[in-house]
Amino acid sequence: MGEFNRIINPDKINKNNKIRFTFNGKSYVGRKGDTLAAGLLANNVFLVGRSFKYHRPRGIIAAGAEEPGALVQLEQGSHTQPNIRATQIELYDNLIASSVNVWPSVDTDVSAINGLFSRIFTAGFYNKTFMWPRSFWMKLYEPVIRRAAGWGKAPQSTDPDIYDHIHDYPDILVVGGGPAGLSAALVAARAGARVVLVDEGAELGGGLRQLDRIIDQKPSMEWVESVKAELSANPNVKLLSRTVLFGYYDQNYLVAVEHKTDHLPLQERAGKVRQRTWHFRAKRVVLATGAHERPIVFSNNDKPGVMLAGSVLAYLERYQVRCGSEAVYFTNNDSAYESALRLHESGATVKAIIDTRTEVKGELPAKAEAAGIEVIKGSAISKALGRKTVKAIEVRKFSQDKSRLEGAVRRIPCNLVAMSGGWSPVVHLFSQSGGKLTYNSEKACYLPIKIVQNQYVAGSCNGDFLTSECIESGVTAGREASTALGLSVSDQQNMPIVEEVEDQNIEACWMVPGENEDPQQYAKHFVDFQNDTTATDIHLAVKEGFESSEHIKRYTLTGFGTDQGKTSNINALGILSQVLKKPISELPTTTFRPPYTPVSYGALAGRHIGKWSDTIRVTSIHDWHVKNGALFENVGQWHRPWYYPRNGETMQQSLNRECLAVRQGVGVLDASTLGKIEIKGPDAAEFLNLVYTNAWSKLGVGRVRYGLMCREDGMVFDDGTTARLADDHFLMTTTTGNAALVLDWLEEYLQTEWPHLKVFCTSVTEQWSTISIAGPKSRRLLQKLAPHLNLAADDFPFMSFKTTHIDGLECRIFRISFTGELSYEINVPWHAGQKMWDLVMEAGEEFGIAPYGTETMHILRAEKGFIIVGQETDGTMTPQDLGMDWIVSKKKDDFIGKRSFTRADTGADNRKQLVGLLTDNPKEVLPEGAQLVFDRYAPKPMPMVGHVTSSYYSATLERSIALAVVRGGLDKMGERLFAPLEHTTIGATITSPVFYDPEGDRLDGEI
Amino acid sequence: MLHISCPWCGPRAETEFRYGGEAHIARPQKPDELDDQQWADFLFMRTNTKGAFAERWYHSHGCRQWFNVIRNTVSHQILAVYKTDEKRPDFPIKGGV
Repeated sequence: MGEFNRIINPDKINKNNKIRFTFNGKSYVGRKGDTLAAGLLANNVFLVGRSFKYHRPRGIIAAGAEEPGALVQLEQGSHTQPNIRATQIELYDNLIASSVNVWPSVDTDVSAINGLFSRIFTAGFYNKTFMWPRSFWMKLYEPVIRRAAGWGKAPQSTDPDIYDHIHDYPDILVVGGGPAGLSAALVAARAGARVVLVDEGAELGGGLRQLDRIIDQKPSMEWVESVKAELSANPNVKLLSRTVLFGYYDQNYLVAVEHKTDHLPLQERAGKVRQRTWHFRAKRVVLATGAHERPIVFSNNDKPGVMLAGSVLAYLERYQVRCGSEAVYFTNNDSAYESALRLHESGATVKAIIDTRTEVKGELPAKAEAAGIEVIKGSAISKALGRKTVKAIEVRKFSQDKSRLEGAVRRIPCNLVAMSGGWSPVVHLFSQSGGKLTYNSEKACYLPIKIVQNQYVAGSCNGDFLTSECIESGVTAGREASTALGLSVSDQQNMPIVEEVEDQNIEACWMVPGENEDPQQYAKHFVDFQNDTTATDIHLAVKEGFESSEHIKRYTLTGFGTDQGKTSNINALGILSQVLKKPISELPTTTFRPPYTPVSYGALAGRHIGKWSDTIRVTSIHDWHVKNGALFENVGQWHRPWYYPRNGETMQQSLNRECLAVRQGVGVLDASTLGKIEIKGPDAAEFLNLVYTNAWSKLGVGRVRYGLMCREDGMVFDDGTTARLADDHFLMTTTTGNAALVLDWLEEYLQTEWPHLKVFCTSVTEQWSTISIAGPKSRRLLQKLAPHLNLAADDFPFMSFKTTHIDGLECRIFRISFTGELSYEINVPWHAGQKMWDLVMEAGEEFGIAPYGTETMHILRAEKGFIIVGQETDGTMTPQDLGMDWIVSKKKDDFIGKRSFTRADTGADNRKQLVGLLTDNPKEVLPEGAQLVFDRYAPKPMPMVGHVTSSYYSATLERSIALAVVRGGLDKMGERLFAPLEHTTIGATITSPVFYDPEGDRLDGEI
Repeated sequence: MLHISCPWCGPRAETEFRYGGEAHIARPQKPDELDDQQWADFLFMRTNTKGAFAERWYHSHGCRQWFNVIRNTVSHQILAVYKTDEKRPDFPIKGGV
């Protein structure tokens, strides 16, 4: 049928700018600069989708971000995006889009039958119906609801596009490129401020793009162009179009997304950034976000072909699209008359303007009547008729007190209803910033009343609806913002002179009443077009006891859609005020939350995807581990070798081999990731006395001690060994994942509690590579590497260290052990880690050296009953709970946590305590985390007495072992307990957590 | 996201900092002399201020220094920043700004 509704005016339309696009499988012609909505309307496509609950036909209502109904699935395959507003998609060649929430097609949608049951699907329907039984949720309700209610489809493959983030710190950030925003930006730029102006459209101008105004004796768009030219030429100004400011946070932190390639044909996007997220920290912000027109709530007001009057004007002026040939206007204010007059001038028939006001006095209504348009006053559309699109309306008169309709029904055939319920300032960002709103009855809208950030509000957003008011408040905002920053604003600037007609007379009308008080009459009076909330639903919610607007919003789902209720929230409040018989000014508005419009995941993630999603830390020996087939485990940000399978071994086979190598020969572990903190200063020993539970003053230089740290509440926080390098110099080690936290902890106490202590702390984790050799043959291996070193047990005893050189490399060798075997930790400067590792591997070959990973390390230490902080502890375990009283000093006056050990609950007997568990069946390995019970036949819910913290198969012991925390466990040695699992119950016996070499005979290894 | 002026580094984004809870709660000099109630007060009890609130912040991704901030807990406006050895600036608690 071609561009049925396009006015081919050669002055405004270039005939060579045709664009082909496809909607629901059909090909259409649009024009460069069109939105998809404009292209569809030009081609007389009114039915675009289906609503969420009743699957009613939905068309295009608006021309911008406020559109609630015209959601489409844009593009296919990896480029596909669900639920995009057709009013915000710029047409490009070969664009493909389709309807969402329809099956099998938008024309014959089977779920539309829901509409026949609308008396059942009322407010709170989902809450009421699907409450019980709970088990039905997963299996029945949810899948069915999801299939029926599924809006667009998420892409199934990886997003092929590139996104990025940028930070900017403007002096003045102006949001909105209409007359107010442009005026503010111009004043600020002339004052020398660094200005950023963001606007969601492709073209600046805001409402001036469709309003016929004269500014300084020029058509208003010429004024826009001249301002744009001056701003573009100013190097201190950044103009960002196609940029949606979606979030306004504390202290003028604002986030926007710039659509850089979404308007280009797909083939032109490759290699370019699709969307850029802007993070602004602005000294001053000017909000000039404009206003959205409200629908009027009447029966069947959701029919495709019922549109907003201002949007009809926008389609006409911006895209030369006439939204209908036979129009009826329905309004409660003067602004719709401008739209009607222009549509009339374009050649369409305006059959009537129905005005809810009994007295209509403005200049625009007078013009309309002079143009021969019938104005029906004191009346309302009682109902729209038509199946898929509107075909006619019925008009009736208001009663004297406007509480109901009465008298004869007049029917007027038409194919377009253009409505205007007045204008709502776009206060979303203002409200997000913490600003407060108040209801203004003269203008019938909510207006900003209290600003809480360094911010100014200008233009329609502030209720300054006339173009002259917009410019004036914009200039004022620009001036005040600049002055606040100490910039001087020239007084010479003339305020532009605007020629326009007053169009702001309004009388609030939230809903067209029925003949009587029965709320069932409003079952098709749609308030929220996206979520199918009707006026009946609001009546019902009040009847069921809801009063607060926040509760009604949740119960009826008003404003819960992807449009966040831009067209529905205020009408809902208006109707609520009528139902509650309270003035609307006494109702608080609901909260506006970011984002203003939906934001893609890609834009939020930016470049932080795949391997860049988090920092990865690797040791200096990492490449060797990779080359030698290690599998890795993440410990914090570190990638640590987990185990090293050889020749197709299973994981358990690898672990068995690695464990036995350590117990029988020698193994080697890359322990470089352990946190290392140098603690230096005359008060270092005193400081350690305060942070560790044991005593440090008497530790000799050259010696090492194990220490446990608690928090002030007495719970274990970290552990590790600390060596005394010199009188005033210690080297502390921490668990890998806690290294940064421990350093912060030490700093906190040094700076905030004990600033008198002369101590410095420095992280040296990445200064030293640590290679740990363990096993009875490790002394022979080390002797081979360092023939000059006396390794005799009495000269180099357990818990001591030596400084030496191996092959010219400076090293510190610590004789400590996390395996129970003779063990040395060779520390060399980070850059020499690989060289030392190679030397160890080469020298170890004759001893059958085996590299081992974190899993073998865990098994070996569990065999010895050594805890791992974060595995055996969870922030609720004291040293006493862990059976580690031996490390808690009884002599020290004070240390962190000490006082808490005598608190009633910390000292209770029945606390969970660390024990070992041996399963009845030695081959059975308990799952970690399994809950434990004493009575396996106890009725449910069974009293749980603890849980398994660590559990492995031990090749050394040829059986499974587990560590667990059990209530009062330390006094229950030899007692049995059970782990009830999903399909079986495992029985076990409580034992000491030390399974292997309890006497410590193996610490000295082979002589 | 707050914009916090570190006394050493100047204004930085909140993501560079770690929160440290209420300020001016000194660790008791002699914990052993406190009864359980007094010790529990120190450990667990904090004020829940509506208005000007003194709190600790740590520039963990910067200079690693602790300092104090007075923040209005309603508007999140930062009213003052001061070092740990400086006196708490005088702000009426109720109402804040």
